[in-house]
Amino acid sequence: MIFTRTLLRRHSVLPGFDLALGFTLLYLSLIVLLPLSAAFLKTFTMTWGAFWDAVSSPRVLASYRLTFGASLFGALVNAVFGLIVAWVLVRYEFPFKRVIDALVDLPFALPTAVAGIALTAIYSGNGLIGQHLPFKVSFTPVGVFVALTFIGLPFVVRTVQPVLEDLSKELEEASATLGASRAQTFRHVIFPILMPALLTGFALAFARALGEYGSVIFIAGNMPMVSEITPLLIITKLEQYDYAGATAIAVVMLVASFALLLAINALQAWSRRRQGGL
Amino acid sequence: MALALAGLAAPSFAAGPSLLNVSYDVSREFYKDYNAAFAAQWRKTTGETLTLNQSHGGSSKQARSVVDGLEADVITMNQANDIDLLAERGQLIPTDWAKRLPDNASPTTSVSVILVRKGNPKNIRDWTDLGRAGVSVIIPNPKTSGNGRYTYLAAWGAALKRGVNPQAAEALVARIFANVPVLDGGGRAATTTFAQRQLGDALVTFESEVPLIKREFGEDYEAVYPAWTVLAENPVSVVDKVVDRRGTRKPAEAYLKHLWSDEGQQIAAKHHLRPRSPKVLAAYAKDFPKVQTFTVDELFGGWKKAQADHFNDGATYDRIVAATKR
Repeated sequence: MIFTRTLLRRHSVLPGFDLALGFTLLYLSLIVLLPLSAAFLKTFTMTWGAFWDAVSSPRVLASYRLTFGASLFGALVNAVFGLIVAWVLVRYEFPFKRVIDALVDLPFALPTAVAGIALTAIYSGNGLIGQHLPFKVSFTPVGVFVALTFIGLPFVVRTVQPVLEDLSKELEEASATLGASRAQTFRHVIFPILMPALLTGFALAFARALGEYGSVIFIAGNMPMVSEITPLLIITKLEQYDYAGATAIAVVMLVASFALLLAINALQAWSRRRQGGL
Repeated sequence: MALALAGLAAPSFAAGPSLLNVSYDVSREFYKDYNAAFAAQWRKTTGETLTLNQSHGGSSKQARSVVDGLEADVITMNQANDIDLLAERGQLIPTDWAKRLPDNASPTTSVSVILVRKGNPKNIRDWTDLGRAGVSVIIPNPKTSGNGRYTYLAAWGAALKRGVNPQAAEALVARIFANVPVLDGGGRAATTTFAQRQLGDALVTFESEVPLIKREFGEDYEAVYPAWTVLAENPVSVVDKVVDRRGTRKPAEAYLKHLWSDEGQQIAAKHHLRPRSPKVLAAYAKDFPKVQTFTVDELFGGWKKAQADHFNDGATYDRIVAATKR
């Protein structure tokens, strides 16, 4: 360790710590902190009572439940199925693998409105899938969940994939020769190594879903108290030129998202430590 | 995005001046034709080549962009309060902007009509029918859509015109909105829900949208004209602060004034916007059935008051929605 550190100090082509940190702080301030602090400043124009009314009306509370609930659920589903997709893409050879691999990125590239309209069409009562389902998807909270699952998939697959690729087969073989069953090998050897990446993918998918507007708005039906997402209520406030009210809700979303992401990061750090550093 | 578009449009290589018209979403086709006509007219009278740029989007979003610095020479909207914003928030125009041009500064209008499925199976004739049990109607969200707000005011105002009291008018509007299965964000999204997803027995939209819907989705629809409906005025204004700084006041004012010319009115009529000129209206009479109308100013004390009384958080619309059992 000590050896590599001195080596780095002497030969590094990257700028030194002071310069790099200064640049990092400046960059983060300009790109992230400044716009966000503008949101906070705007809410300071409100009285505490007005702020509380804006962020805690029954309609807004219902939208928090839907947004956080559907995002969490979507990210969980992606964590399970994204892992399977990544596994198949890394471990098996099959025709058109490259094409299918590229398909995973589509939710990234597709304009969200296009995704929303397409999903709504497929899952509506007269749609390709919707007409065979015994329950309604489009224009219900289930539709919100479907859209948020769609946009979150690439995050899990693309974070897990490189870790899986680096995972040497020898580990599994060693585990097998030591008498472990397949399930044991997965649970005690593979899964702990994948865990940090899986958590990162989950966190990214979750965070992306929280802020999603474009695709959800078409499929949700936007019924008050039932299928209104929080970003819609922010737009609604802006529509009334109520900038302070809009930013008040945004601030609540920001703080809640930040707290959740911080918690997930802590969990990830903990799982990495437990695994003995990687 | 509007800002980015304007940024791209700014370094124009044309010899003459340029104008940016910031407008609402569904006026795109009309202004495309009108711009070509006005540019030709301008070249004929001044010899200058005028570059006309357009920016379209949700109306209040567009108005916010102008307040936040989008360099619009003229603003053309479908609701007066979106232009009022420029006077109130940005001091970009005087508060009496609507008096600077004839007809409340609105060269064209449209009316809210009810679109039903072929043969009108639910026998929908007027706003009251939309509040009947068993009828399902698609209306865009009044919280996010001017089209939705006009629908709400149309039903309410028509009830007042029939002579019922405001409580009964509110009750009717509440029954209508209880029949709405999906609240889309804007007019075009609501059209898709009605025409493509086949949801709802009726769709409420502007008369100017009906030919477009028939062209896109076939002739399986009929427009129903209620006895009374709201007159949606499409106001326009020069953005004083911008034209004075850019030195474009002259072409900008001429651009708006030309909207009232025979040529401008005819182009509007071709795009199914009701012209103000009686002569042009008479020439296109078959496209614009006679209907009794009221304005938002007349029955609701102007857009500002209507917005505060009905659509702001905690106002009548929110109360209606909260009381609706689903």
